[in-house]
Amino acid sequence: MTAIDRNMHAETDQPLLAVQGLTKRYGGRIGCADVSFDLFPGEVLGIVGESGSGKSTLLSCLAGHLPPDQGRVIFDTAAGPRDTVTMAEAERRRMARTDWAFVHQNPRDGLRMGVSAGGNVGERLMAIGARHYGDIRAQAIDWLGRVEIAADRIDDRPRAFSGGMQQRLQIARNLVTGPRLVFMDEPTGGLDVSVQARLLDLLRGLVREMGLSAIIVTHDLAVVRLLADRLMVMKGGHVVEQGLTDQVLDDPQHAYTQLLVSSVLQV
Amino acid sequence: MIEISNLSKAFTLHNQGAAVIPVMANANLHVRPGECVGLIGASGAGKSTLMRMVWGNYLAASGVIRVGGLDVAQAQPRQIIRLRRETLGYVSQFLRVVPRVPTIDVVAEPLRNLGVGEDQAQARAADLLARLNIPQRLWSLSPTTFSGGEQQRVNIARGFAHPYPALLLDEPTASLDAVNRSVVLALIEEAKARGAAILGIFHDEAARDQVCDRVVDVRAFTPKVAA
Repeated sequence: MTAIDRNMHAETDQPLLAVQGLTKRYGGRIGCADVSFDLFPGEVLGIVGESGSGKSTLLSCLAGHLPPDQGRVIFDTAAGPRDTVTMAEAERRRMARTDWAFVHQNPRDGLRMGVSAGGNVGERLMAIGARHYGDIRAQAIDWLGRVEIAADRIDDRPRAFSGGMQQRLQIARNLVTGPRLVFMDEPTGGLDVSVQARLLDLLRGLVREMGLSAIIVTHDLAVVRLLADRLMVMKGGHVVEQGLTDQVLDDPQHAYTQLLVSSVLQV
Repeated sequence: MIEISNLSKAFTLHNQGAAVIPVMANANLHVRPGECVGLIGASGAGKSTLMRMVWGNYLAASGVIRVGGLDVAQAQPRQIIRLRRETLGYVSQFLRVVPRVPTIDVVAEPLRNLGVGEDQAQARAADLLARLNIPQRLWSLSPTTFSGGEQQRVNIARGFAHPYPALLLDEPTASLDAVNRSVVLALIEEAKARGAAILGIFHDEAARDQVCDRVVDVRAFTPKVAA
C-alpha cells in the first residue's frame, strides 16, 4: 500500500478487516503469497480464479481455519483492531461464533445433519449464551422464514431437505447470531441455476439489511458481478488484479483476467 | 459537475499478441449542473468508451475525470461505489438484475441502498413505473422475461428513482414507442430543471435536439494513427 492509499483510508472509517502480506506454503508449494487488502463495513469482496489458484487456501487462512506462515489479519473487534493470527485459539473460536460466520460450499460441512432444522439454528444461539427455549425457538422460526423455509419444517432434519434448502438453512444457522463478517466458499456451487438465483437474491437482501461485510470465493463470474462490490483475481497463489467488480470484468488489465473473462460462455 | 481533461485510453490485448489499441487521446469535456450534453460520432468512435470511463468500469490511461469533486480516474473502488450510490446515476442499454427479483424492487433498490424506507422507496418506484406505462400486474414479476422495450423502461425508472446530481444516459429512447419516448424526454427535462448534469448518447436526433444543450463530437478525441 502506498502512502497516498493510507492517507485516503485515514480520512474515512476504519477497515473491518485489514489483511497484510498473508502467505501460506504447503512445503515447497505456494498456497497463497503476499496477499494484502482492506475490507470496509458493508462491502462484499469477491475472490475468483481457477481451481488451485489459492482462493480457498486464502479464505481458510482469513477465517482462522489454517495458520498462515506470514502476514497479519487484523479484525476491528469491539475492543479495537486485533491481529487474529496471533490471537489465542479460544478467543479466535469465540469470534468465529459471534462476529464471524462461514458458509461452506457443501451444506453438510456447515450443518449438523442429525439435528433438526430448528436445532441447527438454535444451537448457535445457545453457544453464545441463549437459554430460554421459547425465545430460541421463536428466533429459529423467524430465521427459517427469512431464508424461506416453512415453519412446519422446523423439526425436520436437514437430511430431508433439498440441496438448496440445506444451503439456506446453513445461511440461517450462520447469520442468526448477527455476525459482522461472513466468509463464503462457493455458496451457490452445486445448485440448480433457479435455486442459485433465489439464494443470490436472499444474500443481497441480507447483506443490505444487516450491513454485513462478506468475502465470497467462487469461480462463477456471473455470481460476483451480481453480489460483489470489489473483485480480486488469483492465479498460482498470487493476486494478479483487483478493483471494482465491473471494472475488472469489463476492462481487465492482466493477461490472465482477460483470458478468464473471454472464456465465459454466453447464454 | 462532470469535468474531463486530457483523458486518454488504450486497450492492451494480452492474449492477442499484446496488441495495444489506442482508442482515445486528449479528451476534454465538461457538463455543468442543469445541462445536458450529447456525445456524437460514428459507431466505434468512442462514445460508450468515454461514458464507461466516467462510470468507472473502464480505466483511464491518463487524465482527469472529475465528478462532483472526485477524480474517478484516480479514486479507490470504495469511493467510486459511494459516488455511484449517492451522486452518479447510469442508465445503460441493458438491464442486469438478479433473476427472480420483482420489478418494483429492482426500481426501488437504489433508494433502499441509500437508506430510504421501504414504503417511501416502493411509492417512488410505483410512481415511475406507472409514468413509464409498465402495467401494474407486471410489477411483482421479475423483468428478466419482459420485452426489450419494457426492460428498457424498467432500467430508466431505476436510473431516475434517486435524484442523482449527475446522470449518464446511453440511448435512453432507443427502443421506445412515441408515448414512452416523450415520457423519458420529460424525465430528462425534469432532471435538468432540478440541476442534474447529464451526459448522454442519443442516436435519436429529434430527441437529442430536444434535450441536449450542446453536442460534443468524440471523433475529436480519436488518437492520430502513427504512420
